[in-house]
Amino acid sequence: MSRLSEQLSRGQFVVTAEIAPPKGTNLAPALAAVAKFEGITAVNVTDNQGANMRLSALALAAQLQKAGTETILQLTCRDRNRMALQSDLLGASAFGIENLLLLSGDHSKFGDHPDSRPVFDLDSVQLLDMTAGLMMGVDMVGKPLNGVPKFFPGAAVNPAAEPFELMFQKVAKKVDSGARFFQTQSIFDRNALERFMSAMKPLRVPVIAGVLLIRNARMARFLNENIPGVQVPDALIERFDRTADPLAEGLAIARETVVLARELCQGVHLMTLGHEGMIPAILE
Amino acid sequence: MIISKLKPLDELQQALAEFDKLFLVGCAACATACKSGGEEEIFKLQEWLVTLEKDVTGSVVIDEACHIMRAARDLRHHKNAVQSAEAVMVLACGSGVQSISSNVDKRVVGGLNSMFLGNVRRFGHYEEMCSLCGDCILNETAGICPVTTCAKGLLNGPCGGMKDGHCEVDADIECAWRLIYERLQGQQRHGVFARRVPPKNWSRRRQPGRYQLNKGS
Repeated sequence: MSRLSEQLSRGQFVVTAEIAPPKGTNLAPALAAVAKFEGITAVNVTDNQGANMRLSALALAAQLQKAGTETILQLTCRDRNRMALQSDLLGASAFGIENLLLLSGDHSKFGDHPDSRPVFDLDSVQLLDMTAGLMMGVDMVGKPLNGVPKFFPGAAVNPAAEPFELMFQKVAKKVDSGARFFQTQSIFDRNALERFMSAMKPLRVPVIAGVLLIRNARMARFLNENIPGVQVPDALIERFDRTADPLAEGLAIARETVVLARELCQGVHLMTLGHEGMIPAILE
Repeated sequence: MIISKLKPLDELQQALAEFDKLFLVGCAACATACKSGGEEEIFKLQEWLVTLEKDVTGSVVIDEACHIMRAARDLRHHKNAVQSAEAVMVLACGSGVQSISSNVDKRVVGGLNSMFLGNVRRFGHYEEMCSLCGDCILNETAGICPVTTCAKGLLNGPCGGMKDGHCEVDADIECAWRLIYERLQGQQRHGVFARRVPPKNWSRRRQPGRYQLNKGS
């Protein structure tokens, strides 16, 4: 049983963070950044994040597991067909990886290989179904596995997405397909999170709220224009415009979100993008 | 119809560099309708080729260039003009080009890029609504195809990139899943939302496609 699943089942408030594999083979900076994480339950390892080609998430997650860090392996449907997804999941299990975040994936258009052919042979619901099958000892065509993987599968959600009912029917499907926890997109809006959490209540699946450390107004505007699913409200951007110390303002906003998550959710997922040293301050 | 458009002229000029005498072929079906390979475009092409000091030995607009036997027949009617050319230049979709290339010994230069199976919104405005996947789900999705009109071809609802009901890939495009959802709501039925849609059977879209009406497969 992974520490993440254990802590969530005990009702403990969990903290996850994330690390992106390097563009290249030099793992040292990523391993050093993770070593600086304090008070983290598990570390997400992103999978060609934003459709930018990087070292395999599975390879970095395996290294981290070996070094004693619990990981949440992110796996997207963008770059692999159903055979490759199954192979990678079995490989992940062989390396002791249990926690998964199973995603559709950002479209290739957003990244550094916009001419590539996006795969999307499966969607995130089908990927969850397939994972549930592997955990039962069968592959997608019903063939038995020699050695059955143990996983703790999670899924992603954007609680502020509109239309809400349309977004939420997919959340319900993900739960039916075996999602045991959710990690959310960055949260900026109390009302949207409250509405989402009250809809989640009957489903009884823990939600880990996404907290993004925004460094300045320029970054906020960049996120709004370029990162799917991230929408920083104008009121927050104005806070950055007014302040003399944008990083301190970003820290304050992140802390407010953590407080909100402690009230409504079962954990926080911290996206600090190079400012890992600020994690203790965000959690204070 | 198949939507096609003229290749960039510099690319064509390069492809034609080694030829001085050309026979031109257009198509009276899709390429005529979307103004890429009808009489008018063949005429314009001829004018352009003259500026490049090429000889045009003759031309024909075939009823349906994708009809292999009909293309053979029409080319036979222009046998001498075809024979005196060094290459045949074709303004038709990729299917049309291959009807021609399988019927003549000459080098064949395709002048168009084939883009998609398109619906006509109004004159000159084409939209892809069907991607010929061989495994149609339209009866459950209120007649809106997510395989084609969702940028990721998702089958169980919108991705996390949906922003105010629009697509993450192009903010001008409405999310296919929002449109499906709203139309189903209007029809007061759940349709595709009533079940988890299993992975698609891509074996129905075998490449290359083959189908014989009398055999039913």
